[in-house]
Amino acid sequence: MASEKVTRRVKYKTSVKDPGTPGRLLLSMEKLIFRSNSQNSASKLDMEFRFIKNHKYTKEGSNKAPMLNLTSSQGVSYIFEFESYGDLQVCKEFVGKALSKPGDTPKLKDTLEAPSEQPSTQDLLLRMTLLQENSELQKLHKEFVSNGVLTEDEFWASRKKLLDGVSSRKSKQRVGLKSVMLSEQATFDSRTKRVTYSLTPEVVREIFAEKPAIHRAYLKLVPNKMADKDFWTKLCRALYLQREKNINVLAAEAAEDEELALFLKPDEILACETRHKIRCVDPTLNMEADQGDDYTHLPDHGIVRDGGKEVSESQSEPYRRTLFQDLNRHSAVVLEGTTVDEEHLKDTHSVAEALARSRQADKEADANKERFNRPQLMELEDLQPPKDHPLAALCIKDPRDYFDSQQSSAYKTSRDASIGMEPMKCNLSTQEAYGSLRDSIAEIKASGLMDPIVAPEVAVKVFSVLTHNISSSRYHLGKNPRESILDRLPASIKEELLHHWVSIQELLRHYWSSYPITTSYLYSKVTRLKDAMSKIDAQLQELKESLQSDLRHQVTLLIRPMQQALEAAMQHYDADLQKRSAKSGERPNGYV
Amino acid sequence: MASVPSKLYSDDVSLVVVLVDTNPFFWATSSLSFSQFLSHVLAFLNSILLLNQLNQVVVIATGHNSCDYVYDSSSASHHGVENRTIPALYSVLLQKMEEFLIKDEKLGKQESPGMIASSLLSGSLSLALCYIQRLFRTGPLHPQPRILCLQGSSDGPEQYVAIMNSIFSAQRSMVPIDSCYVGAHNSAFLQQASYITGGVYVKPQHLDGLFQYLVTVFATDLHCRSSLQLPRPAGVDFRASCFCHKTTIDMGYVCSVCLSIFCKHHKKCSTCGSVFGQAQADNSAVSDRKRKAPET
Repeated sequence: MASEKVTRRVKYKTSVKDPGTPGRLLLSMEKLIFRSNSQNSASKLDMEFRFIKNHKYTKEGSNKAPMLNLTSSQGVSYIFEFESYGDLQVCKEFVGKALSKPGDTPKLKDTLEAPSEQPSTQDLLLRMTLLQENSELQKLHKEFVSNGVLTEDEFWASRKKLLDGVSSRKSKQRVGLKSVMLSEQATFDSRTKRVTYSLTPEVVREIFAEKPAIHRAYLKLVPNKMADKDFWTKLCRALYLQREKNINVLAAEAAEDEELALFLKPDEILACETRHKIRCVDPTLNMEADQGDDYTHLPDHGIVRDGGKEVSESQSEPYRRTLFQDLNRHSAVVLEGTTVDEEHLKDTHSVAEALARSRQADKEADANKERFNRPQLMELEDLQPPKDHPLAALCIKDPRDYFDSQQSSAYKTSRDASIGMEPMKCNLSTQEAYGSLRDSIAEIKASGLMDPIVAPEVAVKVFSVLTHNISSSRYHLGKNPRESILDRLPASIKEELLHHWVSIQELLRHYWSSYPITTSYLYSKVTRLKDAMSKIDAQLQELKESLQSDLRHQVTLLIRPMQQALEAAMQHYDADLQKRSAKSGERPNGYV
Repeated sequence: MASVPSKLYSDDVSLVVVLVDTNPFFWATSSLSFSQFLSHVLAFLNSILLLNQLNQVVVIATGHNSCDYVYDSSSASHHGVENRTIPALYSVLLQKMEEFLIKDEKLGKQESPGMIASSLLSGSLSLALCYIQRLFRTGPLHPQPRILCLQGSSDGPEQYVAIMNSIFSAQRSMVPIDSCYVGAHNSAFLQQASYITGGVYVKPQHLDGLFQYLVTVFATDLHCRSSLQLPRPAGVDFRASCFCHKTTIDMGYVCSVCLSIFCKHHKKCSTCGSVFGQAQADNSAVSDRKRKAPET
């Protein structure tokens, strides 16, 4: 085994043509560090191997210099030129080992287990809370995942929507930017002639967003050329100078200090963006942008900030700003909203980086948009197909609904079991029957109607039965839990039935979604599920047999659909198995 | 009386055609005696007549072998024997019913004992519809008719077609058929009749309070009904009888031409004469065999 660390003299290049910075490359199992020979050089690299995706190297014998090219997961390449092929060989092997080390185990695991990515800790936390909140889910999870019927990932894969729903609920509203302009936030102490700028991360974000040039300058200068504090002091001075509105002073100061000039000059990036925007304007109609947007090239456009137009010489011209420019830019940024989350608002540096990232993403999105820009302008919005095709989740209803809907039919079945089918037995002859009927008529003729026709108690009873019946059938049919068959069963049986139903649903969902079986992984999953289902089937049977006869009928009615569903799955399994065995039997005889 | 082309419409009148089951075999086995039943019904009829002066009640007896009108409140001559115990209305009705029973008994053929046949519901439904049609065509007033079946004996599957035809004709003439079934089990025919015509089907649980049921559910006129919450069926038995053996079936064959229902496969429809093609069973067997062949 080679030593845990390797150090070699290399030249670090950002591209192949780059002459490179001479320095030392230090490789350890976890990371690689490059230190430049010259102390003041900015090129320094400290990178962990888990960010490296790929490595390439030049072959020995080719007339190229011995180089190693490491590509990070973000697509940035780091090229190191070695002094000899021997060095390259050593480092190459080391990098190969370091790269394969963390990747080895998951690869092996993948072939055995589900093809799934490792859940993030956030996901895991979410799952935990979901399980805690939902006892039914917890029970299911315990039953299937702990018993190895389903893997953790399988269990949650069918509940993506649940996870999504929770996470989307969690995502908070994006907080907009304040509309107060920065310059107004400065407090001016007239006694000490001091202007105080308070730089909170929010303010920093605003500055960076409104003035891309400052943002760029910060990224470029701060860690290397000047301290964080110096940068902001300089910026504040620039702001102060602008506030003072003395263009000549501005110009003079700018000439002295090139960094200060950077802040005072009109923002090049902005100007570039504006020009770009105008180029993109649809010539036919676009109310959003017109020539007026291009205020930058019109010298006398609008009023000069804080009134009083000044005729200025061309030298100080670039340092002039109009109130409109500032207002426009500020409102544009406010309207765009923040792309940097509150979480990143820690210190100025992280703000700068986060903003840079979001800019990058925007640019990529813009580039994509650019490509499709033309046709999109031609299209009419309402003639386009809906852009999003939301995934419709498989919706299996709450078992309660099902049982409630079964209620009326179960009622009926129990009542009408022998409707009109069996003729009633009558041991009277025709004559006797007619005779008795005539007797009744004679009786009523003789004694008149019953008095009272209906006893008051009976009338009240009928009345309450009717009203109850009407109101229940009108409002509570299938809704009132007390009315459902399920709730007339003892609580334990009811619980058990509901639980079985939920588990059967879960199993069936997984079962049917694994067909057609294309991989051995699916095959083993289906086998596991089948075993679990047959277990439940046996449990149902047991439950049915353990009951007394009066309950058994009702429970049988409720269980039947469950058993049917299970049976269908089993049959499918058997048929599939047969087909497979037939196929595999054929193969040796037929083509391979 | 000259027929008036345009009828007067009054929403609070009603013509109730009551079909009373007088099947002696049923009443012999029923827990509710026929005299008790009659006293509930007679009191109910009286209360309908009391509700509105223009209300009309027609009673049709549904016998085992025949059926007939036993009472019509519009033509009642009130010259029945009035005695202390019973008003004229009832005595006329009871008299006619007794006569009807005698007639019905005479019509009966010798049957195998021990079997209870059903009542001739289809006949009495037809009589009721005919009566209503006559009133539609004559008289100044739209009668706002409805039919109330007071049935106890079980359904006769052999009457299926006739009863269904009556039901559909009632539906067409917008006559609701209410039904109150006092037998042991639910009646599929009456459930369907009430369901299709928009009437109310009630199976009283407490037969000794029959009058209360009748008055609460069936006494109000059709106009009032729209604003009342009347009992609604939990479910309707829609099973049909086959045309060949007149048995109630859950599943069967239906003629693709005339929709006749059969319990078995026939070569030819007995109703419309359509000749059916190759039996489906054979086809599936063949295809089954075909499909299975490569597997074995």
